[in-house]
Amino acid sequence: MSAPSATAPTAPPPPAPRPPARRGVELCLIVGAVAVALYGYAEVGLADGGRLPPDAAGYGGGLAALALLAHLAVRARARYADPLLLPIAVLLNGIGLVLIHRLDLAPSLGPEAADSQLVWSAVGVGLFITVVLALRDHRVLSRYTYVSGTAALALMVAPIFFPAVNGAKIWIRCAGFSIQPGEFAKVLLAVFFAGYLSANRAALAYTGRQIIRIRRLDRLGWVRRLQLPTARVLGPVLVIWLMSVGVLVLERDLGTSLLFFGLFVVMLYVATGRTGWIAVGLLLAAAGAFAAGSLEPHVHSRVQDWLHPFATIDAGLGPSQLAQSLFAFAGGGLLGAGLGQGHSYLIGFAAKSDFVLATAGEELGLVGLCALFLLYGLLVARGFRAALALRDPFGRLLTVGLASLLALQVFVIAGGVMDLIPLTGMAMPFLAQGGSSVVTNWIIVALLIRASDRARRPEPEPVPGVLEVAA
Amino acid sequence: MNRCIRFAAAFCVLLLAALLVNAARVQLVDAHAYGSDPANRRIPIARYQQPRGDILAGGHRVTGSRDAGGQFRYRRTYADGPLYAPVTGFASQTYGSTLLEGTEDPLLAGTDPRLDSVPLWNEITRRQQRGGDVYTTIDPAAQRAAFAGLAGRKGAVAAVDPTTGRILALVSSPSYDPAELAGTGPAAIGAWSRLTADKDQPMLDRAIRQTYPPGSTFKVVTAAAALESGLVKDVRARTASPDPYRLPGTRVSLTNEGPGCVDASVYDAFRVSCNTVFAKLGADTGARAMAGQAERFGFNDTRLRLPTGVAKSNFDTAMGPDQVALSSIGQFDTTATPLQMAMVAAAVGNGGRLMRPYLVDKVTNHSGLTVGSTQPQVLHQAVSGRTADQLQQLMEAVVTSGTGTNAAIPGAVVGGKTGTAQHGLANVGTPYAWFISYAKPRGSAVATVAVAVVVEDAEAVRADISGGGNAAPVARAVMRAVLGQSTFGKLKP
Repeated sequence: MSAPSATAPTAPPPPAPRPPARRGVELCLIVGAVAVALYGYAEVGLADGGRLPPDAAGYGGGLAALALLAHLAVRARARYADPLLLPIAVLLNGIGLVLIHRLDLAPSLGPEAADSQLVWSAVGVGLFITVVLALRDHRVLSRYTYVSGTAALALMVAPIFFPAVNGAKIWIRCAGFSIQPGEFAKVLLAVFFAGYLSANRAALAYTGRQIIRIRRLDRLGWVRRLQLPTARVLGPVLVIWLMSVGVLVLERDLGTSLLFFGLFVVMLYVATGRTGWIAVGLLLAAAGAFAAGSLEPHVHSRVQDWLHPFATIDAGLGPSQLAQSLFAFAGGGLLGAGLGQGHSYLIGFAAKSDFVLATAGEELGLVGLCALFLLYGLLVARGFRAALALRDPFGRLLTVGLASLLALQVFVIAGGVMDLIPLTGMAMPFLAQGGSSVVTNWIIVALLIRASDRARRPEPEPVPGVLEVAA
Repeated sequence: MNRCIRFAAAFCVLLLAALLVNAARVQLVDAHAYGSDPANRRIPIARYQQPRGDILAGGHRVTGSRDAGGQFRYRRTYADGPLYAPVTGFASQTYGSTLLEGTEDPLLAGTDPRLDSVPLWNEITRRQQRGGDVYTTIDPAAQRAAFAGLAGRKGAVAAVDPTTGRILALVSSPSYDPAELAGTGPAAIGAWSRLTADKDQPMLDRAIRQTYPPGSTFKVVTAAAALESGLVKDVRARTASPDPYRLPGTRVSLTNEGPGCVDASVYDAFRVSCNTVFAKLGADTGARAMAGQAERFGFNDTRLRLPTGVAKSNFDTAMGPDQVALSSIGQFDTTATPLQMAMVAAAVGNGGRLMRPYLVDKVTNHSGLTVGSTQPQVLHQAVSGRTADQLQQLMEAVVTSGTGTNAAIPGAVVGGKTGTAQHGLANVGTPYAWFISYAKPRGSAVATVAVAVVVEDAEAVRADISGGGNAAPVARAVMRAVLGQSTFGKLKP
């Protein structure tokens, strides 16, 4: 940061070098991302029909136009934003479109989805631009803490009144559209948690009673960290936990409840610095997961599938989705079968949504899969980097929350389809077919852009004679 | 707060690391186990992704592949399916493959390492090799003649080239069209359940997989054993044979269908097929010598491969004299495949030398380069040349003035033996009509074709003549088809 000399009032201070905004880098990376997606699209066409798909230009042009508009919005209103965020989002979204288009070629998977995914991506980019242009400062959001919380709750509860789809009540269907309100609730909850925790940090961190009362043990730091806050402050935590288990039971949505709970524990830990919260969170999560896993039949079967992915084969019922997914990953091996040349459509109806990663694993191989994971990792890392550089607790918490959301979601869904943890029906950010998911993730990226812009923006030049007011 | 943010970031790194390690486990470490799981459809999908190699008879493709689209793209087609079914078997996307389609499957499917021009190259590049072709020894003219000769009657024909062991015809009737089983879905399933439930067993390859009591055709083996053991020195000399003949140690008497068998010479007894003479001859020769002779003709051999497996033809090795007597006229526990009896005729026609029968001439890669071929091999010296000459006299007499005159071909020397095999409980079943024969162009020392024919539901009376009446014309048609080619049409049709 510039430090104008205070000892030489006569000479005008030399203008501090403006830190580079890196918008040119961003543009180059975006061009590269669009090129990669276009190349993938062409490869699918060549593998399928032996010729370039005639609508390749349309697809490439559409994606390029969207990316360019987003880039111009960032250039206009967030010129110091992290230059990696937008290109990564464009690349992931582009690869997602290619994978969905590739799966559209298998007629057994139902209606074609790539076009609608492109439309939803356009909606997502539109909202991205809106957020970047309209939201001048992320701190404005802290005013809407409780509004966000209430809205999130309402959205989560709403699907209970709609019929279940494929065993999970997480959809609202209306006039031909179906949206997954839980996706939007993610962002709202992150805002709510950030607002609540940044407002109640002190109470959470310093009040309460110790579980272990023996004063002598106070010298051991970790024991003090087991100090729990009073019930009044603990209350919201329990409410949130019960709510997430409630959502799980009522809507049969293991993934979302796990995500919300993980998000809350991470944000609580970052807000208070109490390791004890992690312990409590893990205990509660374990208890909740155990109860749900053993009592709720839908979740119970998921756990059984995870433990024995080939049980249905042994029973003579043919491979389950999870087994098919593992076959697909194994079929890819190190270098993959090549785009359009795998057989991940064998997974069945969820191939474009929950299991889209299996297509990536089969056709792009371990190398491609690792590249995808690293892209997500980079996105998350840039989020955390912005959080470290930000000054305001709300912004830091919000950014940590959004980055953790992405990380947790990638882990939960990727771990699920690869038999690392029980499978949960969630969408791989940007890759999976699903309008709500794409739109939400674009909003998350917009908020990260906004936060990183604030984090990297140089301090405004102090005008001589004017007292600087703390923001 | 920074410390906590860093810890949270480290936690995310931990999650990422777990994902990467798990991805390596699934895609590298466990990939082979997943890839070879029988429930993994990638294996059959890859297998049917390209057209299969073909099976050829007489230079013509009798199989083909059709792009039917869908998951299992290429589906087997058959030209003249029922005709060649006992040779090709079927290659079904639902029910696997049998006979040559089964034994030559790696080559036809393109997985046989012999197809690699550079060893291991395709294993490294994971490129799928085009399937190779299998050239059979089948003579289409002989095959067609045999199939037409049976004309839908239950039965089988096997024909071999005595000098090499090449199998010229393998026909089983009633037959089926393997194309019906080629695909997937209700059509294939329906055809399968219909064919397997059919009481006529159309999918049974009677020429090599079904054994029958050989009846009087086995008298060739008995005569060979008697000659080889020295029991009979002159086939024209009278034997001491009662009619009826009481089986040794029993009260059972054996009779003949016709007269003139009392003390008949081996020559006459063979010509008119006297049971009494040959039962006594077998009993006198003894179980050990009989079994040894039968095995030198190929009986009791479980390891014979064409390369398709052949059912074992049986001659018991431990029997009492009465059982030996019955076995010597092709009854009791003696059973033989049509191929086995064709081998007996072939050995006689080839001067006593039994060649190993084989069905695959050569295999080539997709572009026609030979990657493997079969060389003729001697299986056994079944009898000495002198004995073979004597046996040829006996068999040729059957055709010139015996029970097998129906097999005579003008311009060719034909030797044969009729048979009627009684079977069923107390011999009440409709007897099987047999005819085995060889033929050589006049002036030739060795036979060019040997045939065995079985007709199961012979409508004739229970007489030895039924073999000559029902089966001999079929054998003649097959021999004529083969001779017609080797002598370039010198024979009148």
